[in-house]
Amino acid sequence: MATITVDGKEIEIGDNERLNVIQAADRAGVSIPFYCWHPGLSVVASCRMCLVETGTKNKETGEISMVPKLVPACQTPAKDGTVVVTNSPKVKANQNFVQEGILLDHPVDCPICDQAGECWLQDYYFEFGHQERRADIHPFTSKRRELGPHVSLFADRCVMCSRCVRFTREVSGEGELMVIDRGSHAEIDVFPGFPIDNKMSGNVNDICPVGALCSTDFLYEQRVWFLEAQNSVCTKCSTGCATQMHVNQNQLYRIQPRFNPNANDWWMCDAGRYENQFVTAPERLDGVVIRRNNAWEPLDWPHAIREVYNHVADVALNHGGSHLAVVLSPFLSCEEAYLLASYAVSILSDVTLVVGKIPVVGHDEKFKSGFTIRAEKCPNRRGVEEIVKHFGKQPLDWDGMLAKIATGEIKGAYVTGGYGDPWIDDAEAAKFEHLESLVVQDILPSPLARRAKLVLPGVTAFEKDGSYVNHAGLIQSASWGLRPHGGAHVDGQTFSDLLGRRGIYNAADVLKELAAKVPFFARCTDGVPPAGLNLVTGQEKHPLTTELGTVTHPTPTFRSEGSRMLEVETPTR
Amino acid sequence: MAEFEPVLLANIHKPDSHTLSVYRAAGGYAAIKKVLSTMSPVDTVELVKASNLRGRGGAGFPCGLKWSFLPKDAPTVYMCVNADESEPATFNNRILMELDPHQVLEGIMIGCYATRAQTAYIYVRCEYPTAYKRLHQAIQECYGAGLLGQNINGSGFNLDIYLHRGAAAYICGEETGLIESLEGKRAWPRIKPPFPAIEGAFRKPTVVNNIETLANVPHIVNRGADWFKSMGVPSTNPKDPGSYGPKLYCISGHVNTPCCVELPLGVTCRELIERHGGGVWKGRKGKMAIPGGMSMGLLTEKEFDTPLDFAGPGKVGCLGLGTAAVTVMDETVSIVDYLNNACRFFAHESCGQCTPCREGTSWSSRLMTRILSGKGRLKDLEILQSISQSIGIMPGTTICGLADGAAWPLKNALGKFRGELEEYIKKTNPGGYQQEEPAMALVELAHH
Ligand SMILES: Cc1cc2nc3c(=O)[nH]c(=O)nc-3n(C[C@H](O)[C@H](O)[C@H](O)COP(=O)(O)O)c2cc1C
Ligand code: SF4
Ligand code: SF4
Ligand code: SF4
Ligand code: FES
Repeated sequence: MATITVDGKEIEIGDNERLNVIQAADRAGVSIPFYCWHPGLSVVASCRMCLVETGTKNKETGEISMVPKLVPACQTPAKDGTVVVTNSPKVKANQNFVQEGILLDHPVDCPICDQAGECWLQDYYFEFGHQERRADIHPFTSKRRELGPHVSLFADRCVMCSRCVRFTREVSGEGELMVIDRGSHAEIDVFPGFPIDNKMSGNVNDICPVGALCSTDFLYEQRVWFLEAQNSVCTKCSTGCATQMHVNQNQLYRIQPRFNPNANDWWMCDAGRYENQFVTAPERLDGVVIRRNNAWEPLDWPHAIREVYNHVADVALNHGGSHLAVVLSPFLSCEEAYLLASYAVSILSDVTLVVGKIPVVGHDEKFKSGFTIRAEKCPNRRGVEEIVKHFGKQPLDWDGMLAKIATGEIKGAYVTGGYGDPWIDDAEAAKFEHLESLVVQDILPSPLARRAKLVLPGVTAFEKDGSYVNHAGLIQSASWGLRPHGGAHVDGQTFSDLLGRRGIYNAADVLKELAAKVPFFARCTDGVPPAGLNLVTGQEKHPLTTELGTVTHPTPTFRSEGSRMLEVETPTR
Repeated sequence: MAEFEPVLLANIHKPDSHTLSVYRAAGGYAAIKKVLSTMSPVDTVELVKASNLRGRGGAGFPCGLKWSFLPKDAPTVYMCVNADESEPATFNNRILMELDPHQVLEGIMIGCYATRAQTAYIYVRCEYPTAYKRLHQAIQECYGAGLLGQNINGSGFNLDIYLHRGAAAYICGEETGLIESLEGKRAWPRIKPPFPAIEGAFRKPTVVNNIETLANVPHIVNRGADWFKSMGVPSTNPKDPGSYGPKLYCISGHVNTPCCVELPLGVTCRELIERHGGGVWKGRKGKMAIPGGMSMGLLTEKEFDTPLDFAGPGKVGCLGLGTAAVTVMDETVSIVDYLNNACRFFAHESCGQCTPCREGTSWSSRLMTRILSGKGRLKDLEILQSISQSIGIMPGTTICGLADGAAWPLKNALGKFRGELEEYIKKTNPGGYQQEEPAMALVELAHH
């Protein structure tokens, strides 16, 4: 154990923990302000906001010898005997000066700045700034220019922390961003004709501590203090980035990554962040329909549940279980897959369980930092496979099922979807035409749904609680943030109703049940912590959350909860 | 005192002094021969250590000590020769490169042998085309004569020297800024540690030395450490490495004969002005002088008797000896003009990565512009004072020494000429000098 003294308070850190002074102070409950440091980027120690006084304590004599100069906390390792002072007049004077300096050319156009409410400059100014302004007040200027499809720059709000530049050089690796000009004229820019358009570009907006880089699609859409954050998991590929969805009044405004060292570190890709229009697509399926006399008729849910039974159970009871295929989509959560599988085998134990179609696009794309966008474009293949393996007598994959449909062995199918992108074409869907019975549960119309006898609307991951197992065997839980699309039911609710269970579907309870029933999920008995559980290796990292929450591992996410400025107006707190 | 016999400038008045034949005729390349045939690298480092040769680039760091910091077993070591010479009014490196480039090259060769470097880069500022050309020719001559390349003089020692031109930025003279620039990057000085001796150019152990520092080395080899220590100002305490050897002093500004002279370290500013600069011009009196490049601060006329050795300027509140380039200002020069100029220079040259330096230099420059234009307030002087105390590696708030250099003119002007500054403000802004409120900046003053 190494002993560190922060503002007189002694704390212990593990011998193998390589922490800098910002992180060590955080453990002691002391917040050192910083801009340029980011745990996922190289240390440049250039903003000078984090300067502190340091020294060493002699173990035997207890004598403390201090270094006369201020040193950057971000660049100073916390070692046994390190003494840190963060509240001396010298430290405060520097914090004042840095804040004051940044504001010299800063427009302070907070009222129209997207960052307001989660702006480090704003927050820090209240805590570490001068009481009064000594500098000239400048005419207000705020020029905006586009650096790429998702990135807008307001150059004069920039504090020159170079985080964004380092991100493109060290993480995404394309290096589109650079600093031009010198001294106080320095600005972030791209080469003409080379916009920042890499597939991780949105992250620069997150890590920009101020309103200099703004996400073009979120710009002026919503003040951040109206947003509520829900932990979610990205379903766009099998990396399964931990995310937060930011919602106000049932509208999804933005998605940001959430720190998870087991999946995505601090990052996520632009597809996961921006390509979620399907959630609000006008063509979303919004009510149960049944085909009667070659026309669609609407059906209410209680009848729908009965009709499912009529359609699928009949096939099994008439021809034998193996002639009914129940398809578990890799977009279902583990809990849902478990309920659906349980339902299938409750009809007849030999019902054919099928792992739904696994969408694969191109190749895995690995970036400089190791972050990978996977070719497998679904969140839960592994989880569904485990469940199918556990419950199914002769588990099949999608192609295996198609073959058996072709031979006439499979006579009826209950297919779940949930794909955000078109997933089946006419030719493939046509193979289902001669089935006696076809029930499709999906979120969007598809050639397959068009051929179904009964269509049940399901919901997206944003609208339901549930857990997903990523490519590496890491299970993570997502919470709902949006209410189910009008007329649709949470898929888990539908399966629960099919099983004849009473009441509202509760994913947490089902997960507990799943953990007890299926050994692969045994570690989930007490739920899934924010950083997930690796069900394959049995090992994963659980980052400490301190009182300061995200400071040790500042996720580039939502700080507006820390915007104490606004809390003043809430008398109840 | 007997007339000093120039050492570094001994050859420059000879016709074709920049050629190999002239250099050789004067005994050139004897030192490298001696080193290669009779001395080990360690011996060479020890010799330079014993001479107490201190860096001439500005910081005055003991050269032999710097060489001894390199890891002993490093397979690759680089030598970077700092010829960026961009400290205002400094031109001694240029004279050495243009008029005696072989002396410089011999110094580099010995330095490389001592540090086991097999590659040296000379970083020449782009404003020195003649120096570049002459060095280029000299290097070609050396390759032709077997003084560079593989197995030099049959000694097994290999050395290649490359010339690299900068693109006109003061910050490229800062050693780690130089290394970044050499690597093709933006010259943002690096944070230390690691120091260049451990991880420098291309992530390899690297020595950075000034041209003049290295030019001294052949003479130390030829004549010994004691000879070197017979010149200059002896050390006064064990912690002070003293100020030994010859030094090239540049004299410019309001003197009759601006020039570069070689003298033993420790000559006073007054002697430089009177004896070598031909006195203050136009029969005027001197008012103040910059002791060693703009970043070193300011001497008042009364302080002209300060000896210009490594310790002297510090005793009267200046930053140090710097490049020993003296700029003289006569009695007609306004302190406001001087300070405005100094502030503008550093604001222009700050690389911009550290907030205190970037904003402090720019703010001080803008305040000075406003004061100069007759809109100054007394409060501005308080702000300038606080800026001068807030920036630099000495208080620890910046990455490199440029900010200290920016702070010193402010400190010295405010400390030594405050009355004049206040008077100017009161005279030019009689209605507003007491104003305390932050001013609405005039657009034309916002940026220079
Ligand atoms: C802002 C700044 C500019 C500098 N410019 C130069 C320069 O132009 N030439 C130079 O030799 N050293 C310059 N230096 C000093 C170098 O950093 C370094 O100390 C020197 O090259 C080391 O060589 P020396 O030990 O032989 O003096 C500068 C330092 C700073 C902080
Ligand atoms: S960056 Fe921060 S301080 Fe600046 S205008 Fe935006 S919210 Fe305000
Ligand atoms: S744009 Fe933002 S992230 Fe980039 S340097 Fe400026 S403040 Fe930092
Ligand atoms: S002190 Fe100034 S010049 Fe030096 S690294 Fe910092 S900003 Fe750049
Ligand atoms: S966070 Fe340490 S200097 Fe910027």
